[in-house]
Amino acid sequence: MIRQDLNRVDPKRRIVVDHRKTPFADPAYKESQYPHRLNFYATPPTADITLEQFEQWAIDRLRILAELEACSFRNKSPVETAAHMKPLLDKYLPLDTNSSSFTQLFAQRQKDHYSHFILRLAFSSTEDLRRRFTRVETMLFRMRLSGGDMRERAAFIQDLNIDWEPVSEEEKRKFAAELAATSAVFGKRQAQEEETWCKVDWMRVPELVEGRRVFLKGGKAYVPAREQQSMVVAEFTTRLEKALELTARALPRLDEDDRLTPILNHLSKNFITPDASYSGSSSAVDGAEITARNIDNLSQHFPMCMANLHRQLRRDAHLKHYGRLQYTLFLKGIGLNLEECLLFWRQSFSKITDDMFNKEYRYNVRHSYGDVGGDSNRRGGGYSPYSCQKILTEHPPGPGEAHGCPYRHFNMENLAALLQSTGVSDRGVLQGVKEDKGNQKFHMACNRVFEHVHKAELKRAKDDGVMTAAQLETIVHPNEYFKRSYLLKNMGKQPASQQGGSGDVKMEG
Amino acid sequence: MRTFYQRLFPWRYLFQWLNHSPTPTNDFAHREFAFTLQNDAYLRYQSFVTSDLLRKDVLRLMPSRFEIGPVYTANPRDRKTMRNSTAFKPLAKELCFDIDLTDYDDIRTCCDKANICNKCWRFMTMAIKVVDAALREDFGFNHIMWVYSGRRGAHAWVCDKKARAMDDQKRRAIANYLEVLRGGAQSGKKVNLRRPLHPHLSRSLDILKTHFQDDVLEKQDPWRSAERADNLLKLIPDHQLAESLRKKWDSSPGRSSVLKWADIDTVAKTGASKNLDTLSLLEAKQDIVLEYTYPRLDIEVSKKLNHLLKSPFVVHPGTGRVCVPIDTGSLDEFDPLGVPTVQGLIQEIDAWKEPDAVEASQDSKNTLQDWEKTSLKPYIEQFRSFVITLMKEERSVKAKRERVEDPTSAMEF
Repeated sequence: MIRQDLNRVDPKRRIVVDHRKTPFADPAYKESQYPHRLNFYATPPTADITLEQFEQWAIDRLRILAELEACSFRNKSPVETAAHMKPLLDKYLPLDTNSSSFTQLFAQRQKDHYSHFILRLAFSSTEDLRRRFTRVETMLFRMRLSGGDMRERAAFIQDLNIDWEPVSEEEKRKFAAELAATSAVFGKRQAQEEETWCKVDWMRVPELVEGRRVFLKGGKAYVPAREQQSMVVAEFTTRLEKALELTARALPRLDEDDRLTPILNHLSKNFITPDASYSGSSSAVDGAEITARNIDNLSQHFPMCMANLHRQLRRDAHLKHYGRLQYTLFLKGIGLNLEECLLFWRQSFSKITDDMFNKEYRYNVRHSYGDVGGDSNRRGGGYSPYSCQKILTEHPPGPGEAHGCPYRHFNMENLAALLQSTGVSDRGVLQGVKEDKGNQKFHMACNRVFEHVHKAELKRAKDDGVMTAAQLETIVHPNEYFKRSYLLKNMGKQPASQQGGSGDVKMEG
Repeated sequence: MRTFYQRLFPWRYLFQWLNHSPTPTNDFAHREFAFTLQNDAYLRYQSFVTSDLLRKDVLRLMPSRFEIGPVYTANPRDRKTMRNSTAFKPLAKELCFDIDLTDYDDIRTCCDKANICNKCWRFMTMAIKVVDAALREDFGFNHIMWVYSGRRGAHAWVCDKKARAMDDQKRRAIANYLEVLRGGAQSGKKVNLRRPLHPHLSRSLDILKTHFQDDVLEKQDPWRSAERADNLLKLIPDHQLAESLRKKWDSSPGRSSVLKWADIDTVAKTGASKNLDTLSLLEAKQDIVLEYTYPRLDIEVSKKLNHLLKSPFVVHPGTGRVCVPIDTGSLDEFDPLGVPTVQGLIQEIDAWKEPDAVEASQDSKNTLQDWEKTSLKPYIEQFRSFVITLMKEERSVKAKRERVEDPTSAMEF
C-alpha cells in the first residue's frame, strides 16, 4: 500500500491562514447555521462579537441559570419552574420555534450559542463549578426540550444520531404485559399498538431505571417513544461534562488574553452559592451557655428536625449514623465545642461502654469537627452544618433512622402527633402544615410552626422595631431557626448585647 | 487465626478473582485493601502486586478483618506522590449489595440486634432470591457471588466487567431501582408503589408470596400481640374495616397472624365497611406483603464506587465464622449457624488422617491442600469454579478484541 501523505507538511509548521488578516481566505469554519431551536452545543462559535456583547450575553444567561438553580432549591415542580421562568426567559434569552413568524431567529440562537460557550469558559476552572454548571445547563435544556413543539423536537432528535434499536412487533407482543405495566404509569393508558418502543442499553438511561419507569430485560431497557426525551437529556449531560473537562485543560492558554480573563473571573464569582456554608461565628448566640448539660434546656429552641433527633436520642440512648451526623453538625453550628460535643454523645449513649464509644463513635464526631481526617478536612474545620436544602434532598431516612426533615419524611399522622407533643396543637396551624406538606413546601410548614410558637415575641419585636426586615425572612437553615428562636425568647433579658449582635447577622439568599 | 490465614485462606483464588487473569495486572496491583488491626486501628490504601505479598502482610499484621476497595488509576500507595490529587481516583469495583438482618428488627419477632436464628435467616433467603433474580434477568449480569457476612447479613458481589466499570450514577440507579421500602421509623407506610406494578415488582411479589405465608405469617407470627397487630391495622386504608377488625381481635386475644390475615378478607366480605374500595384493599395487602418480605438493602454500600466491603473468606472477629460464599442453587438449605468456624477448622486439620495406603499411593502425585481436608472444601471449590468462569469470560472478551483490532493495524503499516 502506498502511503500517500508522505509529502504532507508537518502539521505544526503548516501555515494557518487567518481569514481576518488575509483578504481572500475563507473562515476556517463557516458561519454557524441554526436549523433547530435547540442546540447540543457541539461546535464552538467562531464569528466575531464585541466585548460588550461578550459580557452582556453571558450575564443574561447567568441570570437565567441562577434563577433556575434557585427554583430547584425551593423544590419547585417542573411545571411551576417553567411557569416561573417563562417571563425571565422571554426577557433575557428568548428562543422561538421555527414555525413562529418572528424574524430574529438567527440572532436569538446565536446569542444562546455564544453565551453558552462563554459561560463554559467561566465555569470550567474547578470541579465544583463544572458540576454546578452542568446541572443547571441540563435543567435549562430539559425545560426547553419539553417545551418545544413535537415535530421540531422529533427532527432535532433525529439529527443527533443517537443509536437505538426499534423493538419488533413480535417482541412487543411477547412482552405486552410488562410493557403495558411500565407505559401506563403516567395516568392515561395509551393504546398498545400506537406506542413505539426502542431498546437501548440500560446504562444509557439511568434516570428511567432509577425511577422504575422502563421495562428491563437482560440489560436492555425498553424505552417508550415519549421517554426518549430523558435519553437525549442524559446524552446532553455526558457530552457537556466531557467538553467542560477539555475546556478546563485548554483554559490556561487564555491567560494571555487580558481582556477576557477579568470578565470570566468576574462571572464565575457572581455565581454565588445559595447553599453557602453557615459560618460558625455568625450563628453563635451571645450569652447562651452552650454546654453538653445545657442541651436539654436549649432543645426547646430547636427546629423540628433536630428536636426529633433529640427526643429519639433520649428515648433510645442511640442514633444511627446519619442522625448522629446531622445532629452533631447542628450542635457544632450552635457553638458547642468539640470537647463538650464528645461529652454530650458519651453521656447520651448511656447504654454502651467507654471502650465501645471510643471505638465506634468518637472518631466520627472528631471528623465532623475537622479534628482528624485528611488535609482538606482538617484545614476546612470539618463539615459545615446541614442546610434545609441538604436535609430535604440528601439521604432520605431508611428503616430505624430518625434524621431528615419531619415535615417531609413523616406521614401526616406522625407529624401531627410530633407537633402536638411539642405543644403545637392549634387547629389552624396543623391544617396549614398539612397543606404545605401536600404542596411539598416544607420550608413553609417549618416557618409556619416557628411563627406560631414565637407569635407573642415576634409581635413584640415588630412593635419595638428590634428586628430588621432581613431577620424576619424565611428560615432556610436549622441553625438560623435556633438562633432566631433563642434571640426572640430571650429578647428582654439582655438588650445590650442583643442589640449589638443583631447588626451583623448574615442572611442566606 | 494465623494458621487459618497461613494454611486455609484461598489466596490464589482471591487473587485470580480480583485480577481477572492468571498473570498480575493493574486490576490487582492498583486495588485498595484496608486492614482493621487488632487494636482497631484502620489502615487504608494498602495495595499489593501479588497475592503472596498480600498474604505476607496479613500474616505480619494479623488484622482482625480486611476489606476490599476499588481499583484506582494509580497504585494507592503512591497517591500522595501524584502531581495533582484529581489524577488519583477510583476506576472500577464490583457492584456490591449489603443486606443486614438488623434492618428487619421492626418486623422480626424471634431475634433482634446482632442475633440471628434460622427463622429470621429466611428473610435473607427471600431477599437474596429477589435481588439475584433482578440482577440476572433485568440487568443481565451473570457473575454474581453471594457471601455470608459472618454474623447477621449477606453481601453480593456482582463481578461482570460491565458492572465493575459503572460510575456512581449508574450504581445509584440500580440501588434505587431495587429499593422499595422508603421512610424512617416515623413515616408510617413504607411501601408506596405506583400501579400497575412494575414487572420487577410483580415478579418479586410472586417470589415472595409463598414466603410470606410460610416464613412470615406462620414462623414469625408478627401480629400476635395487640401492639404489633396495631401496625397492621395502620396499614389498612379503610378506617371502618380497621375498626371492626380491632374489635374482633380485642375480643379474642392471642389470635395468630395467619388467622388475622385471613380475617381481613372475611370481615371485608361481611360488609363491615359500607363503601369499601376492594381494589385499594387488594393493593394495600400487596403493599403489606412487600413491607414484610421485600429486601431491605443497606443502600449506601451499592451507591458509591469507593465503598469498601469485607473480603470473602475473612473470619468474622465476633463469631469466628468464615465469610463463605452462599450457593444460590441450594439457597434454602444454607444454614448460617452451621458455617465453619476457625476453631472448628483447625481441629478438622488436626483430626485429618491420611487415607488408606492403597488410595494414598494413587493420590501421591497430587498432595492434598490443607483446605481440602476440612469442611471449607465445598465453599472453596464453589469459589474456584466461580472465579474460573469469570476468568474464562474475561479472556474470551480480550481475545476477541485483539482479533478485531488486528486487521486494522495490519492495514496501516
